[in-house]
Amino acid sequence: MALVEIRDVHKSFQRDAQRIDVFADLTLDVAQGSFLALMGPSGSGKSTLLNLIAGLDRPTSGTVRVADAEVSRMKSGALASWRARHLGFVFQQLNLLPVLTAAQNVELPLLLTRLSKAERAERVGVALGVVGLLDRMDHYPRQLSGGQEQRTAIARAIVADPTLVLLDEPTGQLDAKSSQEVLTLLQRLNDEFGKTVIIVTHDAHAAERAKTALHLDKGVLVEAEGVAR
Amino acid sequence: MTHARLVLANLGRHKRRTVLTILGVALALFLFASLRTVVTTIAATAEYGGARRLVVTNATGIVFPLPMAYANRIQALSGVHAVSWASWFGGRYGDNKRFFAQFAVDPESYLALYPEISLPEDQKEAFFQERSSAIVGRRLLEVFGWRLGQDVTIQGTIFPGDWTFTIRGVYTPTDQVINDDMLIFRSDYLDERLGRPGITGWYVVEIDDADQAAAVSKAIDDLFRNSSAPTKTGTEQAFNASFATMWGNVELLMGTIGMAVVFAILMVSANAMMMSARDRTGEVAVLKTIGFSDRTLFGLVMAEAGIIAFTGAVLGLGSATWLYRATNFNAMGFLPGFQVTPRTLVLGGGVALLLMLASGLAPAIRAARLPVVQALRRVE
Repeated sequence: MALVEIRDVHKSFQRDAQRIDVFADLTLDVAQGSFLALMGPSGSGKSTLLNLIAGLDRPTSGTVRVADAEVSRMKSGALASWRARHLGFVFQQLNLLPVLTAAQNVELPLLLTRLSKAERAERVGVALGVVGLLDRMDHYPRQLSGGQEQRTAIARAIVADPTLVLLDEPTGQLDAKSSQEVLTLLQRLNDEFGKTVIIVTHDAHAAERAKTALHLDKGVLVEAEGVAR
Repeated sequence: MTHARLVLANLGRHKRRTVLTILGVALALFLFASLRTVVTTIAATAEYGGARRLVVTNATGIVFPLPMAYANRIQALSGVHAVSWASWFGGRYGDNKRFFAQFAVDPESYLALYPEISLPEDQKEAFFQERSSAIVGRRLLEVFGWRLGQDVTIQGTIFPGDWTFTIRGVYTPTDQVINDDMLIFRSDYLDERLGRPGITGWYVVEIDDADQAAAVSKAIDDLFRNSSAPTKTGTEQAFNASFATMWGNVELLMGTIGMAVVFAILMVSANAMMMSARDRTGEVAVLKTIGFSDRTLFGLVMAEAGIIAFTGAVLGLGSATWLYRATNFNAMGFLPGFQVTPRTLVLGGGVALLLMLASGLAPAIRAARLPVVQALRRVE
């Protein structure tokens, strides 16, 4: 059984008097342990699809099931606790709270659990260790490079041991070296820790690291071409 | 890390803005407490008065004197226990920059009628024995650096000339409504220097039974109705209340100014809170994505507003309470017993709560209801 099941999803936006259909009758299964890259031109609906999977947005029609929960029908409160348990999310930018240190930012999802202070500190240490930033744990975001910020965001996304990690253009603002570090880390999360990873990217090099790459264009998902693997 | 730490971290994001907002709230509540204390002090003064004390003044007006001969006739009335008298002197001391009241009184009967004016027995005895002696309030003694036995010269305005008094006693009021900013001297000294005209400003009458106040008042006024100086008699409380009304509708004035000030500062702090919340739209989206519920985010924003309002309230109300107590402020004797009352503190707390709701509710609801996708789009 797939971890993510998207069935006949239709999504449209209303812009002034005009209705914009992003996709219609979209169906997609993502198996547990996958590393999926979603590609496509700007405005193709990649991020919208990611938001639907995360329950940050609702489909106009159709269903989105993740880890046996129909997120497209859940109420706001239930969705929040579901996200806290099952989801890690990394944005392209604006990921970290500038008033908190790297360790405090990583600890945020654990505030929603019943873990003790010591247990939380241990988990934060492990997560920052996985992304190679233990020595930066007391640094504020302004004291970190772009790549380090994204790695901290990834540490926060995995600290609560989620079922699914979603990343929206995680390397979009990074230089080549930092991008490679982040992508290597994502590969490791998938290979070593068995995390299911879905990444939205424009970058073919980023998509190459994924096990599967899908291209979304005009509301249709197809196997991406020209992605070396 | 705790939720509280998160709230404090957010407050520390723009330290200057947070500090200025807190100071704004503190100033609003300091002014609120001060203006309300003016009202409560005037009200306390108006309500003050011995239940068994009546005040007899000239029916034409308090500035017109009454004959001294009235004393024995009032004393002879049924229901009257004791009679004393006093006159307003209205002199100036030194450069006249510091005003204080001076009264000429009949020493023994007056102090017997006003046990609230407390001074040691030996000083009281010295005051009774020496015609040019005076007693002064503790505050007045400290303000001018006077000492017992010192001669003090007052320039008379109603009664011209230099009037020198020897300080023989220092009184301490046992009731804070009694002014400790007065100089009280003997009426026989005044009478003697004026050539014994046999007049006084007003009488204070102690009656046997407080329930008979109206009947005794009528009896006194009836007694002098057809004389050259008819009287107007009433309870001491009514007498004090009539002075309070001379201030005009202070309650309305102070209340209006107070509410205008609080409202203006409320608007400023609400604006600051909303700006702060608007700056963090993207962060709210991130926290929601992590799994923070709408209710938790609502609580976090309200907690920020609460900390600002509470800290401002503690600073504003606390400093007003401390300042007026430490300086023993009484507006140069016009507002004796000027102290922030517990009721004012409770009302101030209510204003702070209102401030918290007004400044925190809108951004808190906005944060709770903000759709993540919309928030991210706005930030981009």
